[in-house]
Amino acid sequence: MTKNFKWNKKDLLGLEYLSAEEITHILDTAESFKEVTTRDIKKVPALRGKTAANLFYEPSTRTRGSFEIAEKRLSCDVVNMDMKASSITKGETLIDTGKNLEALKIDIFVIRHSNPGAPNILARNVSASIINAGDGFHEHPTQALLDLFTIREKLGKIKGKNVSIIGDITHSRVARSNIWGLKKLGANVTICAPKIILPKFAKEFGVKVTDKIDVALKDADAINVLRMQFERDIADAFPSKEEYFNQYGISEERLKKAKKNIVVMHPGPINRGIEMSSEVADGKNSVILEQVTNGIAIRMAVLYLVAGVKNKVSS
Amino acid sequence: MKYLIKNSTVIDPKNNINEVLDVLISNGKIKQIGKNLKALGAKTINAKGMITAPGFVDMHVHFRQPGFEYKETILSGSLSAIKGGVTSVAVMPNTNPVMDTSERVENLQKIIKKDGKINVFVLGCITREQKGENITDFSKLKSVGCVGFTDDGHCVNSAKVMEKAFEKSGKRNLLFISHAEDTSLSAGGVMNEGFIADKLGLKGVSNESEYKIVERDIKLAKKHKARIHIAHVSTKESCELIRKAKKQGVKITAEATPHHFTLTEKECESFNANFKMAPPLRKQKDVDAIKKAIKDGTINCIATDHAPHAVHEKDIEFSNAMNGIIGLETALPLAIENLVDTKHLNMMGLVCVMSYSPAQILGVDKGHLTEGSEADVVVFDPQEKWIYNKEDIVSKSKNSPFIGKELKGKVKYTFVAGKLAS
Repeated sequence: MTKNFKWNKKDLLGLEYLSAEEITHILDTAESFKEVTTRDIKKVPALRGKTAANLFYEPSTRTRGSFEIAEKRLSCDVVNMDMKASSITKGETLIDTGKNLEALKIDIFVIRHSNPGAPNILARNVSASIINAGDGFHEHPTQALLDLFTIREKLGKIKGKNVSIIGDITHSRVARSNIWGLKKLGANVTICAPKIILPKFAKEFGVKVTDKIDVALKDADAINVLRMQFERDIADAFPSKEEYFNQYGISEERLKKAKKNIVVMHPGPINRGIEMSSEVADGKNSVILEQVTNGIAIRMAVLYLVAGVKNKVSS
Repeated sequence: MKYLIKNSTVIDPKNNINEVLDVLISNGKIKQIGKNLKALGAKTINAKGMITAPGFVDMHVHFRQPGFEYKETILSGSLSAIKGGVTSVAVMPNTNPVMDTSERVENLQKIIKKDGKINVFVLGCITREQKGENITDFSKLKSVGCVGFTDDGHCVNSAKVMEKAFEKSGKRNLLFISHAEDTSLSAGGVMNEGFIADKLGLKGVSNESEYKIVERDIKLAKKHKARIHIAHVSTKESCELIRKAKKQGVKITAEATPHHFTLTEKECESFNANFKMAPPLRKQKDVDAIKKAIKDGTINCIATDHAPHAVHEKDIEFSNAMNGIIGLETALPLAIENLVDTKHLNMMGLVCVMSYSPAQILGVDKGHLTEGSEADVVVFDPQEKWIYNKEDIVSKSKNSPFIGKELKGKVKYTFVAGKLAS
């Protein structure tokens, strides 16, 4: 489908910035890398001699681990930098950090940051490739790409499929990236949450917006259930975790009313018994662990594609 | 030194002059304006095709001294003003310390006397330490030269405190400038509320947070027959409220900044903090409403809200960056392009909102070319195109979203009290 496609973006900042063709090309590229991960020897020399720095300004175990594994399987040298303990506390700006690390001849930065747009700012100021591993509530493109990959694998295609994203949309970069990606690939997207955690202008994403879980489940081919973050201030607006589960949690009873082969996804980590029951999380419709596996293939594809762009100029 | 500015179009709203004339400056004063003037020993400037106008008056600038000299000083701010044809400014009191006592203002006046290359008027605080609690001593502040009062940068959030200020004004008709922002509504916000903020994952600042305070101030000013000036109007609703209040005879005036009638919230998509301001850049409908309000006189004047910040305060993550941009050197071209070329104002109207009108609001004898008055004069070419290069910026700070852009309209000469300034 995308055989003659030539990838030319040095960065992956978000799915809003990609075309349908570019997204599909990443998914196609990930397929061949997925095959690599099933081999006995899981390593290819694609990025031998390249160096990636994982800059995590926010704690992360799974995304960081997933990127590190992907980098290593591509034979890329890896530097992990816990930026909380690093120079930012001493007042070095993001751009200074980027330029200093670039002086170490790092080829790829993988950045996780609590401020929206931090990867965009870095990308403008260094010629190395920037991969956004989550910036505030803005985007988390590799998570959405692995979700798209998983949906495509399970349903054969994305175009025309009904996908519902359920949970705290306001505070979710996963939701935003998924919306962009799904819309671009032609899915019908519904977002569902209590009004207090739905962005006020969510309709302008071009999605169906509902606060009724039954509406979100009806006709859905796939659901992506987001983690509820009760540590946030908005938690006060909720009666209790039990109440949330009663109204929005994905239980077996609720799932019985949905399509038989509905694909159930979750970006992890799951709060069992809050956004989803254990039975559903471990049930036959759940693809949660496959998502994790697919994450490696997606991240390998992204690393491989951005690293391959020649004549990089800061965007 | 005598200067004879030949053959330019002289525009002076106060004296209703708008024709090709010569201007003779001598002994620091406007000596004569007329046809075919001759003057022995005068330096002649051939200004054919250019416009000669009263030096611009910017009633809203932050010169940061004392306290933040690394951003701007009275001297560097003055030089930046001169580059933009601005010969009078009113400096905002949110310095460190803030201008809330006569002693502090007197200290600032000393600096101004030494370093002010233009007319620098001082605004005092409405409340002590700009905390919005205790009213300052307006009489004392006025006696040391404060031309008006504002807590700019902060809103006087308490209606009770604002009302007290209006009460204390009494018959003195003091000028109060309102930074209208209900912080109980805007708290945490970094850009305009709407879909763009939603998609970027940034917290929004609603139009309501501005116009609710405008509404409140109108009500209170009306009740006490006091004067209110609304700073940096950014919303359609505020324009409508001010228009209505004027019709009802409320003593209200208002200003708009070049960025609020030039740019929209869409710019924030770049995450470039040079598009981060308070109030934030709004929607096209707000931009259109501001232009219409300037056209029909609802908004009286243009003020830049010149807000210098250092690189480490602006060239960082959008949410962490400080608010505001420098504006003195770009105000004229932005106004020409967005107000004159779009037929919202003619050149006479433009000169009025940039000089005579703000001088009237401040109550200072500036903004006109009356013979015998102090020669604060700007000569500009309304057609000349130029690139706004970072290297050419005179202000100590370089936080402008217009760097690299082609602008139309260039200041050629600025005279302050009859001296050619640069």
